[in-house]
Amino acid sequence: MKKITITAIGGLALAALALSGCSGGSSGGSGSDNGRGPITFVQGKDNSNIIATLAAQWNKLHPDQKVTVKQQSDKADQQHDDLVQHFQAKSTDYDVVTTDVIWTAEFAAKGWLTPLEGSLKLDTSNLLPATVKTATYQGKLYGGPYASDGGILYYRSDLLKTPPKTWDELMADCSIAKRAHIKCYAGQFAQYEGLTVNFAESVNGAGGEIVKSDGKTPNLETPQALAGLNQLVTGFKDGDIPAENKTFQEEQGRQAFEAGQYLFMRNWPYAYSLAKTDSTSKVKNTVAIAPLVTNSSLGGHNLAISAYSKHKATALDFIKFMESPAVQKQIVLKASLSPVIASLYDDPALVKAAPYLPVLKESILKAVPRPVTPFYPAVTQAIQENAFQAISGTVAPDQALKNMQAAIMSAGSGN
Amino acid sequence: MSSVAQAKAPSRPPTVKRGSQKDRERQTAIWLIIPTIVILALVIGYPIVTAIIESFQKDPGLDPSTGMFNQGGFAGFANYSHFLAQQCGTVTCPPGTNGAAFWTSVGNTFLFTVATVVLETVLGVWMAIIMNRSFRGRAWVRASVLVPWAIPTAVTAKLMLFMFATYGIVNVVLQQQILWLSDPAAARIAIIVSDVWKTTPFMALLILAGLQIIPDEIYEAARVDGASTTQQFFRITLPLIKPALMVAVLFRTLDALRMYDLPAILTGGGPGISTTTLSMLVVSQIRQGFNAAAALSTLTFIIIFLVAFVFVRFLGANVVATQSATKKGEA
Repeated sequence: MKKITITAIGGLALAALALSGCSGGSSGGSGSDNGRGPITFVQGKDNSNIIATLAAQWNKLHPDQKVTVKQQSDKADQQHDDLVQHFQAKSTDYDVVTTDVIWTAEFAAKGWLTPLEGSLKLDTSNLLPATVKTATYQGKLYGGPYASDGGILYYRSDLLKTPPKTWDELMADCSIAKRAHIKCYAGQFAQYEGLTVNFAESVNGAGGEIVKSDGKTPNLETPQALAGLNQLVTGFKDGDIPAENKTFQEEQGRQAFEAGQYLFMRNWPYAYSLAKTDSTSKVKNTVAIAPLVTNSSLGGHNLAISAYSKHKATALDFIKFMESPAVQKQIVLKASLSPVIASLYDDPALVKAAPYLPVLKESILKAVPRPVTPFYPAVTQAIQENAFQAISGTVAPDQALKNMQAAIMSAGSGN
Repeated sequence: MSSVAQAKAPSRPPTVKRGSQKDRERQTAIWLIIPTIVILALVIGYPIVTAIIESFQKDPGLDPSTGMFNQGGFAGFANYSHFLAQQCGTVTCPPGTNGAAFWTSVGNTFLFTVATVVLETVLGVWMAIIMNRSFRGRAWVRASVLVPWAIPTAVTAKLMLFMFATYGIVNVVLQQQILWLSDPAAARIAIIVSDVWKTTPFMALLILAGLQIIPDEIYEAARVDGASTTQQFFRITLPLIKPALMVAVLFRTLDALRMYDLPAILTGGGPGISTTTLSMLVVSQIRQGFNAAAALSTLTFIIIFLVAFVFVRFLGANVVATQSATKKGEA
């Protein structure tokens, strides 16, 4: 009787285990050159309602290679985790995926993205070079740039006639803010990815770098990096960057600037149209923009082909479609995104609709990407935690940089 | 067991079951239990065993020549010493890594657990006593008390995020400019306050259930004997609700040890790592190295299991003693 019981339990358990092991995706095919057919396009939440129009345009042109759009959450971390889950399961459901620029190295190094070479070559000659660099890992192109983003400096034109060109000039202009009884500079200094962006901008602007050109070895114990960090530390200490900035992400800073509380703000271009059109904005007629005084960090998204996709040729054509001037113009006009085609920044019709384009182009031309490393989550955590300690004054700047360097080293060595 | 046998004896003559009938009953019982055991084994046992096995493997390393990840090999206890002994390779884990954050997050988790459970117990008993009295509109009070518990935690966290913002309502009411979300002590207070607001109703309801069992005659007898309200509370109410109270405290403690969504949405781990809990550390580690995350989640599992074990031994002994004490007629 006991033998029957054990056999029975074992048999049932095995059966259930086998059933639960059936995952959705089969192991990926190699994606032959004439891999054409319907594809799925994955992107984060479409806040501007534009992708449905673009998908319809594509479907009209290619009725036998229709694209289905899947929208993920609007939180970057959840988009990242969703992609990781599908890649780890080798799912063939995703063909073209939208990746944030900081994920390229991680996904490429894990073998989840198809390199765009050979029969899948992509022509990048008319694209902004900085954006192409964000899609490149170890010399190979792993995606097509789709939308870019760079930081710009917002300032109050009623209080300041000419925008500053260096950080020292900006800090000197804080006296104007004091006279007008408003605060000086707002940025993103809460402990999240925005802090990495702002920190990188200060360090790069002072001539330092976070990692060397190999993208992995940290290079933070230099006088230039220390100078960059000290700009922020001194700003906080003197109150030119008020302490509340440590709770600011993009939205809090934008709201404070629109309420007229700040002379300067560092933010992305999306804030411009909001500052001009928000009903509660007090700076509708007094907001002006200028290129960052530091070197902007590069934001943006690339379109990549999953290594497990079955219709890679169609996927490549879709990427070319999304990078075409016609589509890029639409994303500027309808979604206030920044195009990746260099010549569009000088197009008069677009500039009229999006006045921040020339300023943004200057920012992007001087932009420095954040560290291109497959260990980006660990690297950005190392930067965020130590930079936050430094600007809070709990750790001395040089010690913070030393800890940051050690932490990035340990991240890169895979613990 | 013996009491059941004694109860049965007078009703019918004792029969000795045949061997086959007993066997058949036992077999039926086992067949009825098998589905549950199989499901439990799959849903609970399989992930735990897999996590333990994975925790002894190394995370994939980067091949310097190709820049691609390749499989890590066997790691022994390296993943565990990474967290317990702060070993990042050959050096002590520097600040900014998950290894360095382990003991702080253990401390944070226990701090939140103790603070929230103590506050919720005190407030819960108070609220339960109020809800136990009969007054007009008692049903409305009981329903409205449940509202914070009914709101999903993520929504509560977002609400509190707005309230504790620099220009939020809390600062306005207190007439202060406290940076709730960027000062370590203030961030911890914000989390404790949010959690207490959210979960006290749960405690109150569980304790209310225990309160309702106490018969009124005991209080009448105490009043006749001349006991004051305080004496009634400490000598009658508290001992009698102890079983329900212990169950509620056990549930809350295990819940609080697993706290994730509230600090994740409210402070994101807080200034530095001052509000990072163990669960948050696990999630952060998943993005950086799956095998180390498996080790970390196994450690979390062991810690929570130990706490539960201590509680159950403590709980178990108390429940038996209280029940037998009540049977013997002690008040």
